[in-house]
Amino acid sequence: MKKEFTCIVCPVSCNLVVEDTDGVLSVSNNQCKRGMRFGENEFKNPMRMLTTTVKITGSTVKRMPVISSDEIPKDRLFELVEMLYKVTLKSPIQRGGIVLKNIGNTGVDIIATRTIKSKIREE
Amino acid sequence: MKKRLMDLAVIGGGPAGLAAAIEAKKQGIDKVIIIERDNCLGGILQQCIHDGFGLHRFGKRLSGSEYADNCIVEAENEKIEVAYETIVLEITAEKVIYAMSSDEGIVEYHCKTIILAMGCRERTRSQAFIWGTRPSGVLTAGTVQRYINIEGYLPGKKAVILGSGNIGLIMARRMPLEGMSVEGVYELMKSPGGLTRNISQCLVDYDIPLHLSTTVVRIHGQQKIEGVTVAEVDAKRNPIKGTERYIECDLLVLAVGLIPENELTRQLHIEIDSKTNGPRVDENFMTSMNGVFACGNVVTVFDLVDYVSQSGEIAARGAAGYIQGSLKLKEEYTDITPGENVSFVVPQRIRAGNLDSGLPLYFRVKSRDENVVVTAIAGDCVCYRKKHRIVLPPEMLVEELESSSICENAGKNGIIINVTGSVV
Repeated sequence: MKKEFTCIVCPVSCNLVVEDTDGVLSVSNNQCKRGMRFGENEFKNPMRMLTTTVKITGSTVKRMPVISSDEIPKDRLFELVEMLYKVTLKSPIQRGGIVLKNIGNTGVDIIATRTIKSKIREE
Repeated sequence: MKKRLMDLAVIGGGPAGLAAAIEAKKQGIDKVIIIERDNCLGGILQQCIHDGFGLHRFGKRLSGSEYADNCIVEAENEKIEVAYETIVLEITAEKVIYAMSSDEGIVEYHCKTIILAMGCRERTRSQAFIWGTRPSGVLTAGTVQRYINIEGYLPGKKAVILGSGNIGLIMARRMPLEGMSVEGVYELMKSPGGLTRNISQCLVDYDIPLHLSTTVVRIHGQQKIEGVTVAEVDAKRNPIKGTERYIECDLLVLAVGLIPENELTRQLHIEIDSKTNGPRVDENFMTSMNGVFACGNVVTVFDLVDYVSQSGEIAARGAAGYIQGSLKLKEEYTDITPGENVSFVVPQRIRAGNLDSGLPLYFRVKSRDENVVVTAIAGDCVCYRKKHRIVLPPEMLVEELESSSICENAGKNGIIINVTGSVV
């Protein structure tokens, strides 16, 4: 089986061709090793970072931007985002704080990417 | 009226202004203030919750909010004063800034130097010339981004995106995750405006079709948008009769380009480069007015925030040199001119005598090419030469010239930057 992917590792955006010969993958059209790894992963199990926002109360800021600590399976993005929309945080929260540990048993944590104080400025 | 004496006032607290203020403090400039119209620092980065920022500057892929936080923490450590929710009304040629806030009323800042870091703005519907009614529900991609990521509102249920710039692509990916549907992305030009990898990870990943050489020709609806008509365009970008198609939607997202925000710059009669729509700057990012510097997207729209921060630091070092009187201001300028397949170059001119280390040049090509060589030519001497496998207009090129290699005898033609095909 043969598949083509646009490499998203860097701006060169190589047009990768990945071929499966009896379970052995070969990547061509790549220009670097990272592209080769991306091509193999993309063929076997495509992974993506997850970024979204989560509701937060007690501050003038209404949404906490969050990021996954590592990549997660692409086909689970919608399911995992759904879990995050059930979460409500309470300020203050420091950047780097864990919003949801081991989300959906992926082994990946969801992390706060901004420090949100109780009030952003005193009135 | 309250009067303040400052060494440096930075207008705008986004990544450019933050980098400038931090570097200025490090250079020993004492009285530094950032004037910011929002209620927090970080600028547009705060609504860029996706990752991919800071690979050059911090060595890892951060989200926009993380990149902003890094800069804000550093500014706090340097104890930089910030005037929040303050808008600059006017700057005079004597470097007096009139700024206004509800807390303090109008304040006069008398400055030794000023750094302009106002960033850029999106093109709106009126600049995209779309026919039809004027209902609600026609928003720029950045506004949609702010509604969703900061305010927590959904601006619609079914969106059509006009323009394939990167912000539009990023929002095309964002909206489905929020339960919205995206009917498609329509691009007037023959090729996408955004990066190829964004086409892949934002459109292909979410099964969103991209229609090239197609545009929105009419907006429908009285109070609220009800739909749009799209049509294919010919080589001259005129709609082709018979190709019109009506699409029902409750949101039209415009991702049709960015323009540096230079109202204050123009008010000062600072020279503007018609190719970048930003001020002409020199090796220190100083504008045509001595002591007034500019950095970040107010100069030209950069691809990466890392470059924006870098330009802020260059401007701050220039401001420090200006205050200390170490800048050579009398030396004749040498122009840096876009040559073959180059649309613009920043900085536009240099005083070689002010260069102590390298000189970064930021520029874009006019059209896609493969196996090219970038050259900087001064008179009959080639002072820089580098090969590239591929060059694209949406990909800004950054080349660092060594100051020692910049020929002194550039002559009247200055230094010409070329991107020529087929490397020999």
